[in-house]
Amino acid sequence: MATNTAGSNDPTLNRRQTKRPKYSKFTQQELPACKPILTPQAVISAFLIVTVVFIPIGVASLIASRDVVEIVDRYEAECVPSNWTDKVAYIQSGADKTCKRELHVEKRMKAPIYVYYQLDNFYQNHRRYVKSRNDEQLRDAGKGNSTSGCDPETNINGVPIVPCGLIAWSMFNDTYSFSRNKNNVTVNKKGISWKSDRDHKFGSDVFPKNFQNGAIKGGASLNETIPLSQQEDLIVWMRTAALPTFRKLYGKIEVDLEKGDVINVVLKNNYNTYSFSGKKKLVLSTTSWLGGKNDFLGIAYLSVGGLSFFLSMAFTIVYFVKP
Amino acid sequence: MARGRRIRARLRRSNLYTFGCLRPNVSEEVPHPLQGPGYSRTVYCNQPQLHEKRSLFYCKNNISTTKYNALMFFPKALFEQFRRVANIYFLLAACLSASPISPFSALSMIAPLVFVVGLSMAKEALEDSRRFLQDVKVNRRKASLHRGNGVFGLRSWQKIMVGDIVKVEKDQFFPADLLLLSSSDDGDGICYVETMNLDGETNLKVKRSLEATLSLDNDEAFKDFTGTIRCEDPNPNLYTFVGNLEYDRQVYPLDPGHILLRDSKLRNTEYIYGVVIFTGHDSKVMQNSTKSPSKRSTIEKKMDHIIYTLFTVLILISFISSIGFVVKTKYQATEWWYIRPDNIEYQYDPGKIGLAGMSHLITALILYGYLIPISLYVSIEIVKVLQATFINQDLQMYDEETGTPAEARTSNLNEELGQVDTILSDKTGTLTCNQMDFLKCSIAGTSYGVRSSEVEVAAAKQMASDLDEEDSDLSNFPMQKKGNAPWENVRRDEEIELEPVFTSKGGEDQRPSIKGFGFVDSRLMDCNWSKDPNAAVILLFFRILAVCHTAIPEFNEESDSCTYEAESPDEGAFLVAAREFGFEFYRRTQSTVVVRERISASGQVVEREYKILNLLDFTSKRKRMSVIVRDEEGNIILLCKGADSIIFDRLSKNGKKYLDATSRHLNEYGEVGLRTLALAYRNLDEQEYSDWNNEFQKAKTTVGPDRDAMLEKVSDSMERELILVGATAVEDKLQKGVPQCIDKLAQAGLKIWVLTGDKMETAINIGFACSLLRQGMKQICISTANSDSVINDGKEVIKGDILTQITNASQSMKLEKDPHAAFALIIDGKTLTYALEDDVKHHFLALAVECASVICCRVSPKQKALVTRLVKEGTGKTTLAIGDGANDVGMIQEADIGVGISGVEGMQAVMASDFSIAQFRFLERLLVVHGHWCYKRIAQMICYFFYKNIAFGLTIFYFEAFAGFSGQSVYDDWYMILFNVVLTSLPVISLGVFEQDVPSEVCLQFPALYQQGPKNLFFDWYRILGWMGNGLYSSLVIFFLVIIIFYDQAFRLNGQTADMAAVGTVMFTSIIWAVNCQIALTMSHFTWIQHLFVWGSIASWYLFLLLYGMLSPVYSKTAYQILVEVLAPAPIYWAATILVTVTCNLPYLAHISFQRCFNPMDHHIIQEIKYYKKDIEDQHMWTRERSKARQETKIGFTARVEAKIRQLKGRLQKKQSITGVLSPS
Repeated sequence: MATNTAGSNDPTLNRRQTKRPKYSKFTQQELPACKPILTPQAVISAFLIVTVVFIPIGVASLIASRDVVEIVDRYEAECVPSNWTDKVAYIQSGADKTCKRELHVEKRMKAPIYVYYQLDNFYQNHRRYVKSRNDEQLRDAGKGNSTSGCDPETNINGVPIVPCGLIAWSMFNDTYSFSRNKNNVTVNKKGISWKSDRDHKFGSDVFPKNFQNGAIKGGASLNETIPLSQQEDLIVWMRTAALPTFRKLYGKIEVDLEKGDVINVVLKNNYNTYSFSGKKKLVLSTTSWLGGKNDFLGIAYLSVGGLSFFLSMAFTIVYFVKP
Repeated sequence: MARGRRIRARLRRSNLYTFGCLRPNVSEEVPHPLQGPGYSRTVYCNQPQLHEKRSLFYCKNNISTTKYNALMFFPKALFEQFRRVANIYFLLAACLSASPISPFSALSMIAPLVFVVGLSMAKEALEDSRRFLQDVKVNRRKASLHRGNGVFGLRSWQKIMVGDIVKVEKDQFFPADLLLLSSSDDGDGICYVETMNLDGETNLKVKRSLEATLSLDNDEAFKDFTGTIRCEDPNPNLYTFVGNLEYDRQVYPLDPGHILLRDSKLRNTEYIYGVVIFTGHDSKVMQNSTKSPSKRSTIEKKMDHIIYTLFTVLILISFISSIGFVVKTKYQATEWWYIRPDNIEYQYDPGKIGLAGMSHLITALILYGYLIPISLYVSIEIVKVLQATFINQDLQMYDEETGTPAEARTSNLNEELGQVDTILSDKTGTLTCNQMDFLKCSIAGTSYGVRSSEVEVAAAKQMASDLDEEDSDLSNFPMQKKGNAPWENVRRDEEIELEPVFTSKGGEDQRPSIKGFGFVDSRLMDCNWSKDPNAAVILLFFRILAVCHTAIPEFNEESDSCTYEAESPDEGAFLVAAREFGFEFYRRTQSTVVVRERISASGQVVEREYKILNLLDFTSKRKRMSVIVRDEEGNIILLCKGADSIIFDRLSKNGKKYLDATSRHLNEYGEVGLRTLALAYRNLDEQEYSDWNNEFQKAKTTVGPDRDAMLEKVSDSMERELILVGATAVEDKLQKGVPQCIDKLAQAGLKIWVLTGDKMETAINIGFACSLLRQGMKQICISTANSDSVINDGKEVIKGDILTQITNASQSMKLEKDPHAAFALIIDGKTLTYALEDDVKHHFLALAVECASVICCRVSPKQKALVTRLVKEGTGKTTLAIGDGANDVGMIQEADIGVGISGVEGMQAVMASDFSIAQFRFLERLLVVHGHWCYKRIAQMICYFFYKNIAFGLTIFYFEAFAGFSGQSVYDDWYMILFNVVLTSLPVISLGVFEQDVPSEVCLQFPALYQQGPKNLFFDWYRILGWMGNGLYSSLVIFFLVIIIFYDQAFRLNGQTADMAAVGTVMFTSIIWAVNCQIALTMSHFTWIQHLFVWGSIASWYLFLLLYGMLSPVYSKTAYQILVEVLAPAPIYWAATILVTVTCNLPYLAHISFQRCFNPMDHHIIQEIKYYKKDIEDQHMWTRERSKARQETKIGFTARVEAKIRQLKGRLQKKQSITGVLSPS
């Protein structure tokens, strides 16, 4: 019996040996590690670093923002003739929509000067609106018939609309023309959209078809002879904005405007923002390396930098007073 | 071996057992009237085919401990999965995602859910299959079964039926509950049973068959055997059995003594025959096992509450959003001609606003689903599996001897390990090895044996180091230089005391160790004792050891010496000791004991035969045993050994010569945890003996219920007028490192309860050995006054009695003034049955919680489970049960965490456990290191998870508000899918797997750190809400900063304004940066893996954006070329990212810095010390911090040392005051 148990023990012993876990730094949780801990010095220097980095950036962006010259003109109220009390009826009527505005240049504006239109209270980010387009159709001439997702602007009398969907249908259609001292200031409407959109999203062989022929007319019409990839207004419009207040590029003015210049704007006030009481603004703006006029970024940087400076000071005091 | 068997075969031991084993006269007892409910079982012996009929069909003998079976796995496991509310929510969301209501594509909802649920189910299946394999192994064990016509054949356990006749051989387990019919010991039908798996007791129990069935002792006899057993229904009570056997037209009553229980083992008996009464799950042991519950950790339960909270938030914001939507749609959207309100789908239709509102509510519920982290469960599961691997792989929990590593059998409870408050421990096999070592003895008032018990060694070490500290502390004050001098003296004394401890340590290594014998003292070894003036007494001492016992020698030819099969390991140790002293007990016949004595140093061996006249057996009530022998000279001597208190009461006047010295020694032995027995003798003259013997024989043959009482009375009359010889001290060998481990656990603030099936004395001894008890501790013993009165007194009376005892004890505890006073509660199983009843248990618990240590003895497995439940539910704290045998299964399953000791026989405990370790001492590392880490990791991980999902989910809500509540999301679908799965999951998993606040050795050095777990410092509502608040803050910062910077102005030199895709991407970039930097701030331990994951996640976001943008616009839609063309060239994109990231994390940084400065937690301090490498430069401060970091504790040897130091200091102060008075003069 004794030998028996001994015999049966041996293989188990061998088997058990293999059960021994292998040593590795990983399994024993002994991997080399750095253990940064927040010593007072580390904390103070972390806050100081934030201060040192943030304040210059804040100052730089404030300067950049101050350099930007911006002219904003809100015109949707004034551009309704005073004899029309019902603005919606006016905009939907066939009356002449021409409206003249004057812009005063307060500060020299260097070319290029960007012309924007700004809409307010316009929900381009509404779920129904955002989805109401068909990218295939825009890109591919062969897919002209695919209008899925475009409801209710899919087809008229069985003929598909190109470009279909609510976004295209509701395209902005106010136009602006500028003059200075009776001289026309040309607005360059090329290159206002993203290159990738022109090259890859909007086909150069896709032409508008059956557009704005429905019972209810939305916004702008499109020239059916120009391919979509060159309809930059449409391309810009189709990039839906994130918020109900948004600006979109209208064009570029490629001459400098001097201080004291008066710009006469002749605009066609076609677009209906009156039914939802949205504002319309015309914006002329230069840009800096940061983009448009944006004081907020600089202020935010400065305040965070200031706060962290304050914190670092507080910790320093605490550290010396009560180590 | 073969010879030993023959010897035993020749031995007829029936005469040996004077009354303990005497068959009660059955004719006197009336068969139990087996009627009514609870007594319906009928077993037709040897006719198992009868039991195949329906009415008599009993369950099969196969057992199953699995949670699922093959058929039910899928539905049941799915049910388990969908018990989690979050999963139900995601299931509903996935179902709805096919409809146009859903803001997301169907795939993005279903895929993560399937992944999450599938992974969890696979894990469950794997764990259950392991249990299944174990069951199969048990079910396929073979047993010898009567096949008919007197032929026996092997059959697997699972095929055994009720009514079968089984033959079980030596050292086999019983396959079912059997009625013992006959055994190889044909005279009495006695067999020995080891019930370690049932109750943890290791001493053998005697079972005997009915006289009527004695003749059935060979295979052929069963050819025509039939009989009918009527008995009780299956029940979990191990110690009762009521039934009758109808055999040969007679009815015999059966009692528990006839029943052999499944999972106990046949010992010292060649074979037995038995008839199967209870099979499989009907058997008592299986009835005792409670169904294994699926355990969930406290953190996980709390996590559910957080998820409910988040659901409330989710529903709330969904309602807000729906109301917003209804208002917008009803009053404004009619004017939004550009969305054609005249021709619109129902979900936006202002005309059917109710329907639109409802469908929007559902949309919103799905949309804001990102508040609920779907990947939380799966991430936690992954993390836990990895943590479990670390536990499995830990080399410091690998036992070299048995070759078993620690094993986390379920990974659900890792973090629970860090929150344990009470440990309930089994004794035998868990704390002790169940091996007795003869360590010391006191003969004729002299103490022999210089080796110290493990407790002494451990305490001495601690004392030495503590004294060093004390010393250096004192030396800091030059004023006390003078006072130092006496202290030094005390110290020197102390050292002298300590010295032998260490030297003997060295001595131990030189000797080849003999199992059961740890005695070292040259005065007694090698016959040196014969020169001792007290040689005669010493001789007698050895003779008592060698003669007064019931063991059987087995001659081992290889080593030319005997091994002994004793009823208890103590006895074995005595015999081994006697052998080593030169008194080798080597043969036993029915009435004689032969001892080879080597009295002189020359090594001459004399064989002496002692004629055994009577043997008065050991019972727990008598607490002593005696033999009356006639030696070769014809003298009649009574040799007696027993508990000291019993023996001391029975000493004759002139037998008290050594009483004082011996009792002093006994106290010393007891204090260091040794089991003690006193030895005594009495010389009898012929006349006295024969008078007594007549009476004894008369009592023996008395028929009737008062026979036992009479026997006892007669024995009692003989065991008087004893002469004390000495005392023995046996070490119930503790497992390696147990005292140290208990000490550390106590320092970590854990309470330790010992629940044992052993008798009270043993339990108390072990309490001393483990330092759970110490001298000067007030022991509160609660027991029923007298076991006899139990039957007579009403239950209420006893209960009242116990209640008074409890209240008295509580009262005295309240009155105790000394802050260092410690109490220990000791309660026995019988009392516990009353104490656990509903109206008493709360008093009992209240008392027990106040006590420093609690020892419950003689408890049944069920009681262990009940005590565990009481502690668990009564205190609401986390309990951990640790045990090794089947008797601990109930407790292991009942406790919040069950730990099984593996590497010993019997896998039941391990199978039922959540963690298995090879030795008790690994518990320390398991709890203090792994538990602590896992708790912190999981807690931080969950908090972070909620933070990140709130930060992300709320931005969706804000945007929704700006999008007319239409349900539009600013992010691309792909961003959303990737957010949880890829971009933020790996860092948090690495936090959950690798985070270490302090390294493992520091955890062990500062056990007080462990208290952070039970106090739940890292997962209280304050902290959780803090993190949620942080999430809210971050979401606000991210959304509004980005929106304000980007909403209308051109964001590039080229004048373009940002569209929705650009804003969404900027916002998402900011989120990725913010949450990943947040986790980097949270971590305190960076290996290359964390660096890789955290910074890699950020990098992978840009990489994804790049690749996604490079895809054809068919797939990438608005994100086409977004990084390369639109965002990367714009400095404001980077500027905004930095701004948002810093703004999000600045307050958290300030908060933790502030906390560290003004309100540092333990681990902060330790981290700081480590960081400055103070531990190396300033050893002194390090050790001081260490000793400070101990929890105030009242158990463990540290406490013992402290008590001693206090005592010494007290004495020192007295001395100082004396010297103070003297020195000025």
